[in-house]
Amino acid sequence: MTSATAPRAARIGAFVPALALLAVFFAGPLIWAAYSAFTDVALTGSAEVNFIGVDNFTTMWHDAQFWNSLWLTLVFVVGSAVIGQNTLGLLIALLLRGRNAGTRGVVSGLVIAAWTVPEVVAGFCWYSYLHRDGTLNGILGWAGLDQNWLYTTPMLAVILANVWRGTAFSMLVYQAALNDVPPELHEAAAVDGASAWQRLRSVTLPLIRRSIVSNLMLITLQTLAAFGLIYVMTKGGPGTKSSTTPIYMYQESFQFYKLGYGTAMALVLLVIGAIFSLIYVRLIKVDNL
Amino acid sequence: MTGARRGPLRLAVHAVLALVAVSFFLPFLWLVVASIQPGAALSADITWEFSLKNFADVLTPETIFRPVLNSLIISGGTALITVLAAVLAAYPLSRYRSRFGRIFLYGILFSTGLPITAVMVPVYTMYSQFELTDSVPALILFMAASSLPFAIWMMKNFMDSVPVELEEAAWTDGAGWLQSLRRIILPLMVPGLTVVFVFTFVTQWGNFFVPFILLQSPDSQPAAVTIYTFFSTYGQVAYGQLAAFAILYTLPVVLLYTAMSRVFGGAFSLTGAVKG
Repeated sequence: MTSATAPRAARIGAFVPALALLAVFFAGPLIWAAYSAFTDVALTGSAEVNFIGVDNFTTMWHDAQFWNSLWLTLVFVVGSAVIGQNTLGLLIALLLRGRNAGTRGVVSGLVIAAWTVPEVVAGFCWYSYLHRDGTLNGILGWAGLDQNWLYTTPMLAVILANVWRGTAFSMLVYQAALNDVPPELHEAAAVDGASAWQRLRSVTLPLIRRSIVSNLMLITLQTLAAFGLIYVMTKGGPGTKSSTTPIYMYQESFQFYKLGYGTAMALVLLVIGAIFSLIYVRLIKVDNL
Repeated sequence: MTGARRGPLRLAVHAVLALVAVSFFLPFLWLVVASIQPGAALSADITWEFSLKNFADVLTPETIFRPVLNSLIISGGTALITVLAAVLAAYPLSRYRSRFGRIFLYGILFSTGLPITAVMVPVYTMYSQFELTDSVPALILFMAASSLPFAIWMMKNFMDSVPVELEEAAWTDGAGWLQSLRRIILPLMVPGLTVVFVFTFVTQWGNFFVPFILLQSPDSQPAAVTIYTFFSTYGQVAYGQLAAFAILYTLPVVLLYTAMSRVFGGAFSLTGAVKG
């Protein structure tokens, strides 16, 4: 039988291309990051790179703008993902249960359309929508509420845009989860006289608890490092009012040429991402591996 | 469900759904209206003027064709390399239980969560050190590496559904693992291969940050980057053209998504749903 020799060759050989790619182009930069965060490497092309220990991290600790960016990142993640996309996605999935095909098609079609649009185009759509002469002011103008949203409320603007763009993901996760909830449980609770709200709280939500937790982890990870949408809409401004850590990291690295400092910030983002990712992997473990 | 059968609640539910539909539609309005109006501005005022001039103006080699061709090469090349490497790695992961395989799978799953944006500063430093910036092949290799964790994860799940008995028959006939992979497994998982290919392609088609950082010369930049340059350079004058460009750039992705969900039904939405 050749099957005894085939597996051994397969086990070793088949991993080579993927391992090589991941090692050189994925793990390589990560290790490089861990090293260059402790140097003063700059974009100016000077060949001399000095090892400066934890200086970048000390600078970061005293950099008010970095703390501001971290705070804005937190506001962005909690506002647009944890509260916005998650709640709205669950709400739409719940409300669409038992609707006719037409309603389901139109509503989820529009929500998914916003999701399929490339990031930069989503940025244009919202830039024009919220602009001084844009569609929203055209509507709100009647009530005298029109203003330059990108200037007066930049964080709200990028949060709303990201809710628009990302809600489909949560909606799809919850639609799949709700499909697995047996209808008998609902009917039994209804017979016992439970109101719609009570049924949601004590029957549906506990049953889809696992989906809620893993959805929250995934959307947090996707939102943490969002760049394109914010960059197209506000470029982090006005001033630093919407400058989340990825935006600040980009500006420090590529506009002010402080690659070492930028890398140190990247390392902070990676550690935060790694913590959430570890929690997520532990959650999956129970189910799939 | 049961509650919604009652009149007022049912009405309220429909009112909320209508509000959701309108709110999700409104940001699109400008894109559609501005693209077909000559001399469009930032407002979506409907003037009932209709013209395809904006589309005609951007359908030039400079504005559309070369960037879209670059996008095709970059996204297509990335998807091809990703699928090839993912199939090979998924094979032993799906067929044999080993300690290494388990650790590898945990590592893969962990990597899918890492923020790629944060890796870009060190990637740039590394690439400029080895003079790899502005190189399309080097860009493709990085994109393939960053797409691999999720692709391997999807591919393993697809391969798990192909029964191992079919292969054992081939082994007794003297076929090697590569042969049985090519002749038995791959033909049976064409849907899975297509899903992984299209998913990777669509993700990289929309990828703005990675080529924005790694490619400098306008000649090699994909549409995701040139459309941004177009916006920040000519934005003040040519909003109609920008809208037309955006529609032409978005169309392939929307068509691919629609085709995929038609063919594969919920399965495609769900693979997308694991990571958007």
